[in-house]
Amino acid sequence: MVKDNHSHSADSVLNLRLRVWRQRRGQPGAFEEHALQGVSTSASFLEMMDMLNEKLVRDGKEPFAFDHDCREGICGMCSMTINGMPHGPLPGVTTCQLHMRNFRDGETITVEPWRARAFPVLRDLMVDRSGFDKVIQSGGFISIRAGSAPEANATPIAKDVSDAAMDAAECIGCGACVASCKNGSAMLFVGAKVTHLNLLPQGQPERDRRVLAMVRTMDDVGFGNCTNQGECQAHCPKGITLDVISHLNRDYLGARVKAFFSSTGKARRGGD
Amino acid sequence: MSTPSCNSALSSIGKKAVMALTGLLLVGFILGHLSGNLLFFKGPEALNAYAQWLHEHAALIWTARVTLLLGVIAHIAAGISLTLENRAARSGGPAVEQTRRASWGSLTMPYTGLVVLGFIVFHLLHYTFQSVALGGQTFPLATNPAFTDVHAMLVAGFSHSGVSAFYIISLALLSLHLSHGVSSMFQTLGLRNERWRGRLDILAIAFGWIVFLGFSAIPASILAGCIK
Amino acid sequence: MNLDSKIPTGPLSAKWDNHKAKLRLVNPANRRKYHIIVVGSGLAGAAAASSLGEQGYDVSCFCYQDSPRRAHSIAAQGGINAAKNYQNDGDSVRRLFQDTIKGGDYRAREANVYRLAQLSTAIIDQCVAQGVPFAREYGGLLANRSFGGAQVSRTFYARGQTGQQLLLGAYSSLSRQIGAGTVKMYPRHEMLDLVLVGGHAKGIVTRNLVTGEVRTWSADCVVLCTGGYGNVFYLSTNAQGCNVSATYRSYRRGALFANPCYTQIHPTCIPVHGDDQSKLTLMSESLRNDGRVWVPKTMADCGKDPAQVAEADRDYFLERKYPSYGNLAPRDIASRAAKEACDEGRGVGPEVGGRRLGVYLDFSASIQRLGESVVRERYGNLFDMYENITGENAYRRPMRIYPAVHYTMGGLWVDYNLQSNIPGLFVGGEANFSDHGANRLGASALMQGLADGYFVLPYTVADYLAGVGLSGRPSVDGVEYRDVLAQVNDRVNRLLKNQGKQTARSYHKQLGKIIWDECGMARTREGLTKAISDIRGLREDFWKNVAVPGTGADVTPELERAGRVADFLEFGELMCRDALVREESCGGHFRTEYQVDGEAKRDDARFAHVAAWQWAGETAEPIRHEEALVYEEAQLSTRSYK
Ligand SMILES: Cc1cc2nc3c(=O)[nH]c(=O)nc-3n(C[C@H](O)[C@H](O)[C@H](O)COP(=O)(O)OP(=O)(O)OC[C@H]3O[C@@H](n4cnc5c(N)ncnc54)[C@H](O)[C@@H]3O)c2cc1C
Ligand code: HEM
Ligand code: SF4
Ligand code: FES
Repeated sequence: MVKDNHSHSADSVLNLRLRVWRQRRGQPGAFEEHALQGVSTSASFLEMMDMLNEKLVRDGKEPFAFDHDCREGICGMCSMTINGMPHGPLPGVTTCQLHMRNFRDGETITVEPWRARAFPVLRDLMVDRSGFDKVIQSGGFISIRAGSAPEANATPIAKDVSDAAMDAAECIGCGACVASCKNGSAMLFVGAKVTHLNLLPQGQPERDRRVLAMVRTMDDVGFGNCTNQGECQAHCPKGITLDVISHLNRDYLGARVKAFFSSTGKARRGGD
Repeated sequence: MSTPSCNSALSSIGKKAVMALTGLLLVGFILGHLSGNLLFFKGPEALNAYAQWLHEHAALIWTARVTLLLGVIAHIAAGISLTLENRAARSGGPAVEQTRRASWGSLTMPYTGLVVLGFIVFHLLHYTFQSVALGGQTFPLATNPAFTDVHAMLVAGFSHSGVSAFYIISLALLSLHLSHGVSSMFQTLGLRNERWRGRLDILAIAFGWIVFLGFSAIPASILAGCIK
Repeated sequence: MNLDSKIPTGPLSAKWDNHKAKLRLVNPANRRKYHIIVVGSGLAGAAAASSLGEQGYDVSCFCYQDSPRRAHSIAAQGGINAAKNYQNDGDSVRRLFQDTIKGGDYRAREANVYRLAQLSTAIIDQCVAQGVPFAREYGGLLANRSFGGAQVSRTFYARGQTGQQLLLGAYSSLSRQIGAGTVKMYPRHEMLDLVLVGGHAKGIVTRNLVTGEVRTWSADCVVLCTGGYGNVFYLSTNAQGCNVSATYRSYRRGALFANPCYTQIHPTCIPVHGDDQSKLTLMSESLRNDGRVWVPKTMADCGKDPAQVAEADRDYFLERKYPSYGNLAPRDIASRAAKEACDEGRGVGPEVGGRRLGVYLDFSASIQRLGESVVRERYGNLFDMYENITGENAYRRPMRIYPAVHYTMGGLWVDYNLQSNIPGLFVGGEANFSDHGANRLGASALMQGLADGYFVLPYTVADYLAGVGLSGRPSVDGVEYRDVLAQVNDRVNRLLKNQGKQTARSYHKQLGKIIWDECGMARTREGLTKAISDIRGLREDFWKNVAVPGTGADVTPELERAGRVADFLEFGELMCRDALVREESCGGHFRTEYQVDGEAKRDDARFAHVAAWQWAGETAEPIRHEEALVYEEAQLSTRSYK
């Protein structure tokens, strides 16, 4: 229906072969192949998946389940590994912001879920990322009760500190870092939150507790450890850099050293 | 937030710090070892005088040996443990594997490390314990304090081309290990940022080349017949 | 029905304080014995759940996403208002109150709006304390900008991701409570119905979106913070999962739905590009600060490359029609002007369905004046996003924009305590109707969501609980729960067993088109009447022909979609009905019959009231109730932006 128009970037139409992962919770999965015709290059990747699903539903088949919500690159819900790359071939965008003009007519596209032990597959392309929430629950916050906050301008914060905190805070919690990491490590995600909060004056009182607790949970949940390869940064749709991992390491090691030498408290009475 | 205790089991980051610190130690050793070895090219007197000096300081040498041994054990133990944990955390990975940025050196760390381990064992058997590949000759380095011709020992050891080739290949792999490791250890200790990453990566690669060229110059020159 | 808004007596500025002093309290030792259900984890829900958890109540929080951090509040870009007057430019609580009332075209409740303006300052304190990295000046203090045509700079922002940062702040507080065990979080759970016991809201029915389990939950009270219903238009700036189900199902259980026809259309969105499009993307309103909006003067030029259209042949229609506000005219006015230009056939961009729906937003003058680097610094990420979606470079050629649905002012009716007419059912955030009248000012929704969640609901919910006492919570085995559960299961099974051939999405698209055409930016009696009958037809067709593959005993995305579309198909009719009865133009509601010189004509004599609709059964027409709006302080005047 979209008429070609010489004054605008011309849309064309693609015919694709899709290899898409099918899996039920707790069962092994496999790829399923489908041909899809007439995909507009101006469609987003998820709109292409919608087209495939609509076709399946009309044929009485079950559509592929995948996570998505905002479709504007901010909620972090969409999560597909496309031709081996989490969020697909275009660096710096989420799956929902990837458009079909980045693919060629006749191409075969392989679509898989995030793969990592800590992200078990729930269905098809949907995985369970609750491990991220657990990490945050263990310390990714500043303890402040509603109503007890001091006046907002009481503590000036240098602009560059605040900007650096914001850089880290832009993480959308999508999990592409884990999916792209050869070690299934979540340290870009964890580092981003630790950096955000530990840079700010408000975050200082809980600085050490935070990083110790979050790293412990990160390990417990089953994420791997960083070997500084940088795949995460290369796949992060929000441009979070390895700086945050360096920050995480520094704060963690500092906290451990401090804890080691810290005062052990008052002498206890009675037999110890 | 549950009270974070200083629990005895090392966290993943703790283990990684052990790798970095022991790696740093080993890198330091390699630097020292290399500068000593390069005296080889100044002629037998210089090298042998250096060996002599070392032997006169037995306490120093034994401290270094024990530290290095502990360091290597810790490095390997942490390395194997982390590698296994990371494998499990990845659980197979995607069917289509793609790599955007990770360097070859970084991807092969556990393998290059293991080969280097094999090499170290061989190297110790070769020159320190002298139980292999010296063409039946003995150089009573440890037993006879008067013996000082390390130069001759090297020439004898490397005149076997297979041995020399093994050294050169192992050194190449060690260098590959270092081309990632030397920059990586800064990151692990939280002492690297985006501004420094590029520079440290270059430094690490340069260091790898220096180690490779510096060490392999000895077997190469002996093999090529330049030094007898 | 008597709609008692429970507005406290006394002067406007003292109402909330006086009221708070009278609200009953719950003994700290007893709090954990009260179970509170909070549905929604957006700004309103996360703030409410965490605050109630902090106070020691036993809270369960539900959301349909896989994590509470993904609620659609995350998408808000522009900023949040607060009457801090940090800029010393004459702002005050009273001025924010007045602006909000005027912006809402005098269709909001004064007392609520005043309280909102009062609480705004505490919100900023709270968020900064949580670590929200708001923009700062070099001196280290908070920066502000002027937003949405306000005359003062009172908007706080965090780059173009204010909503994200505020939500992550609320999410971190919520996470702290989850970690501490006071809040239990149930993500991937969709609320499908409300349970009343003895006329009080005492529970909900949810479907677990992973296992398919449909079950009931009992509680001492229920707080709905489920967001807006903009997706009734199919294409909107809302997230895919945004729905009316939670509020609409509550409406069917007796809660009143207020002003459903008040919806906000945002002027600067990326235009529709084709039939398979699933959503519209908002481009921050701030773009209008430096961009000039135009279309060609004649249809003949519309297909041309914009560079080929001579300056004299361009119609800068906002500057022409509204010389004093120009390109910064309020949202509803700017949107309507763009629609008119396109309806005249002067739209630009590719033809979709035979029409060009887009106008230019041209930065060339700014680029010349300020240089490309300044423009890049201000809007770089937006230009990137635009290029990513459209494949066009907006530094080289003008952006194309078109209005899109963005916010819904209507919602469940609530009193001053944010309690609906059903005792024990509280509603916060975009899901209620309370504070924005017929049109919402930019940067005020975030403020409202957080005010409701952090500072209003914790007080008013406690008052209700103190009133009903500890014996209040019935067991889920009760007949009321079993009945509702059976009804929900019936509906789910009916959808699953349907032997149709059409997809739920196809119905959603058709519904969206009807609503957009007839209940969108301009509404007419004929159009609305026709829309109502069309929607009914569509609804019948849906129940006959919709296909829902899957068993439901697992992840079943089509079941989720079909359930939501089914509710939209009923709700859309209610919306049109509300628009039909409101024979005036106000804010986002523009009735073509009621205008003077092309501008909205309000009818205060007949319509200075809230319309609250009551469900009357499957076959009967809903009943319309009115809550008169009494203005003690604000002077009703006609908005003029000429
Ligand atoms: C693109 C965009 C930009 C915006 N920009 C601004 C801005 O700059 N300034 C401003 O003030 N406002 C802005 N707004 C408006 C503002 O973001 C929203 O009005 C506000 O965030 C709504 O918050 P909420 O908590 O009420 O709902 P939401 O954040 O939408 O949260 C709804 C919650 O309810 C849950 N839920 C919904 N239905 C169900 C169900 N049936 N069962 C279980 N859970 C359910 C969801 O999972 C979610 O957790 C913008 C809106 C959009 C769409
Ligand atoms: C002379 C010998 C060696 C030196 C100088 C050396 C040096 C280093 C250095 C500097 C690092 C980087 C640490 C970091 O990233 O923080 C490293 C990492 C590593 N080393 Fe070694 N190493 C040596 C031997 C070995 C051996 C014998 C093994 C055998 C298993 C090994 C396995 C590893 C592994 C698995 C890593 C981690 C890789 C990574 O995190 O990217 N190394 N090494
Ligand atoms: S760090 Fe980047 S890739 Fe990882 S979760 Fe955050 S946004 Fe996603
Ligand atoms: S769907 Fe929200 S980031 Fe992609």
